[in-house]
Amino acid sequence: MITYILCLVLFSIGLYCVLRKRNIIKIIIGIGILEYAVNLFFILVGYRTQARSPISATDQLIGHMVDPLPQAVVLTSIVIGLSATLVLIAMGIRIYERYGTFDITKINKLKG
Amino acid sequence: MERRSNRGMTFLVKTVTRLTLGFILLYGIYITFCGHVSPGGGFAGGVIVALSFIHIMLAFGKEVALKRLRAYVLRLSISLGALAFLYIIMLNFTGWCIPLNLFFSKTVPCSIFNNETTIPFCEMIVVGGGLFAIFVALVLVSKGDRDSE
Amino acid sequence: MIEINLILIFMIAAAIIAVHVKDLLSSVIAIGAAGIGLSIAFLLLKAPDLAIMQLVVEILSLIILVRGTIRKDIPFSTSGRWVFNTVSTLSFVIVFLTVAYFSLKNLPQFGNAMMKVSSAYLPKGVPEEARNVISDITLNFRSYDTLGEATVLFAAIIGVLAIARGIGHKKDIKG
Repeated sequence: MITYILCLVLFSIGLYCVLRKRNIIKIIIGIGILEYAVNLFFILVGYRTQARSPISATDQLIGHMVDPLPQAVVLTSIVIGLSATLVLIAMGIRIYERYGTFDITKINKLKG
Repeated sequence: MERRSNRGMTFLVKTVTRLTLGFILLYGIYITFCGHVSPGGGFAGGVIVALSFIHIMLAFGKEVALKRLRAYVLRLSISLGALAFLYIIMLNFTGWCIPLNLFFSKTVPCSIFNNETTIPFCEMIVVGGGLFAIFVALVLVSKGDRDSE
Repeated sequence: MIEINLILIFMIAAAIIAVHVKDLLSSVIAIGAAGIGLSIAFLLLKAPDLAIMQLVVEILSLIILVRGTIRKDIPFSTSGRWVFNTVSTLSFVIVFLTVAYFSLKNLPQFGNAMMKVSSAYLPKGVPEEARNVISDITLNFRSYDTLGEATVLFAAIIGVLAIARGIGHKKDIKG
């Protein structure tokens, strides 16, 4: 139970960073922290004590393993997170070259 | 030729890069092809392959890296890998050779198109080429603008 | 399971440093520390595939984040509606934590997962040769998921190349 609460604390730190900060790089970092917390929560739900990792040897039942299905889902989620981070950084670099700042309140020219 | 150029980092970094480059590339290929037995997979191997080219680029500068892997080779590998990936996925519809499920008995007429080898290989080519292309684009973007200003 | 709590506390400390430090480069390094901690946590939670993946992806995104922030460390002002922003954000976070605490009581306790879906989808015995179950899942009955993953990656490549190209950007907006 305490592990779930620590994971939620990590999630709320990322949420605070996304909502409060005004620097674009800080917002990208906050999105990264959110992603870490959600991936970790999936794996925490699928964990079983006294179980082994899902690399199966011979005469090994599936019931003695950690739940392998959340790990296959998170494997896709990490890829999507990397792609989103790359696109966000490219947009941040472009915005810096256009406006000369990372502050989101100074970016107020909508044309172009 | 690479030793004489002054671009990039110091002599120490260049020597260590030249020694360890092949091993990093080999490790990426190993992780790709042993993904169904040991931890790893196509995406992790592809990222390691891309990181080896990024390693060249960080150590020697962008001319040496782009000479070793030219731009049209990069584009061709991404496109061919994507087409092969799509083709192998579409083979599932016809039920030719790829087992769709864990429960079915694996009857493979042409064993070249085996799932555990071809899909990670195509994924490695696509991911390695694509992530290196993204890195090259992000490096080149502000260089050109800074030169033009 | 005291180790996983320690790793989580380390990750929370790294995240707080990454959020609150002024220097952008230090912030990026701190988020790299949090990612390495996540990789160790995956290794402790018996997920070696995800540990490899997280480590490699963390290195790549750290390199690109450093490239995005280097030599752009500008002083940053935080004036203007400080009280309103902070109070609204903190109230949002408190509401989220309250709802999450009440919904956590319906989850199973940490350490005994139910495995309803896994026991329905996977066979009771593993195949004859030794193999990786996660690779079996992603390559066999979630194979279209792998195709979707490649599609998302292609969308990202096309997006970055379209954003980063030099043609079509005029500099006259600055004036």
